Amino acid sequence: MKFWPRVMAIAWKDILSELRTKEIISSVLVFAVLVLVIFDFAFDLAPNLMLEIAPGVLWVAFAFAGVLALNRAFIPEKEENCLEGLMACPVGREAIYVGKALGSLFFMLLVEAVILPIFALLFNIAVLQPELIVVTLLATVGFVAVGTIFSALAVNTRARELVLPILFLPIVSPIIISAVKASALALGGTGWGGMTSWLSIILAFDVIFMVVPFLVFPYVIEE
Amino acid sequence: MRPRILLGLSTLLILAALFMVFIYVPTDKDTGIIQRIFYFHVPVAWVAFLAFFVTFVAGIVYLVKRNPFWDIVASASAEIGLVFTTLILITGSIWARPVWGVWWTWDARLTSSLVLWLIYLSYFIVRAYVSEEERRARFAAVVGIIGFVDVPIVALAITLTRTQHPSAIIFEGGLAGSMLATLLVSIAAFTALYLLFLAVRIHLGEDEREIKSLKEAMRE
Repeated sequence: MKFWPRVMAIAWKDILSELRTKEIISSVLVFAVLVLVIFDFAFDLAPNLMLEIAPGVLWVAFAFAGVLALNRAFIPEKEENCLEGLMACPVGREAIYVGKALGSLFFMLLVEAVILPIFALLFNIAVLQPELIVVTLLATVGFVAVGTIFSALAVNTRARELVLPILFLPIVSPIIISAVKASALALGGTGWGGMTSWLSIILAFDVIFMVVPFLVFPYVIEE
Repeated sequence: MRPRILLGLSTLLILAALFMVFIYVPTDKDTGIIQRIFYFHVPVAWVAFLAFFVTFVAGIVYLVKRNPFWDIVASASAEIGLVFTTLILITGSIWARPVWGVWWTWDARLTSSLVLWLIYLSYFIVRAYVSEEERRARFAAVVGIIGFVDVPIVALAITLTRTQHPSAIIFEGGLAGSMLATLLVSIAAFTALYLLFLAVRIHLGEDEREIKSLKEAMRE
């Protein structure tokens, strides 16, 4: 099976170019911190309200940061006509999708890994809980699975980066809802028991949106 | 010819539905006269889902066959679906005001309808931002497919956050015979109206395409 080496090559190309430019990670990180700060201005977070509002703040930051990062996934490809080069390579279009998605997943997880401690520090909340980390991991997979195909689509429209959030946010609303609820339960210390229904929605979303975009992605980038 | 038959059929059914809704069916004893909007609200919601399902199927057929006709079908149906989703929100608000005391509440089904509305609004935003015809059709098909697949998950996630919307008594057999008959006639009327709109809109779409190709031929 030659599929995975090709996928990894594409993902590694993205990671390497990011490691050299640090374009996405630095700007997305600053943006996410800004979202946290603006929430503090907007709600004047009192300590007793913190646990109720914090999960929402965290996921708004992740979702907006995700839009920003996913937008960048295909813009460099477009600017230097790299996508044509990639499509001329003897790899399946599906491999391009999975490779780009893995690259974006890596960036997103990296950003989240930095944001979570900052969040913990600013909002005085203990985030190092396995429940919260599992929720974040699963929800990010869903984000990236949908976001990668919409990013490829948006970059080929006239409005480019304007189109992605408009497409992406309503579609991922089940992930945002479930992730907020599950994170609230995780931070509240309820344990795995109460979280199963939310986790299963996220999991169902992940599976469906790994399969469907995998099938339709070739139609987005052909021409 | 076919639109004419559909026009006759939907006119007849709508007259019958109006008669049943306003004269035949008795007034609900709990919520009063406002309950009659139910006979518009439910059929409108049914048509919206039907329309998006047609968009989903037409999108798949387009991607397989590459015949522009299917893109016309998909976008025509999505247009009708978006209008009917707007009507779901409007008729729902009119009902909610006297019964719940508010125009809007973040209840599960209301929120799902709003998200549905936003998904199909983005379908048209994508269409508006792609000028090349073949690419627009492909992108729209992809959004139509992903959007439709998303709808049940949206509904499931939002429903888990609790609902105050009246449950689907239709399926629980809690609806009186005359009410059920009225609802069914109303659903038939709105379905015929949908088919009429769809036929006319597809016709219009084909004409638009022809005019465009004639214009291009003239320019050369």
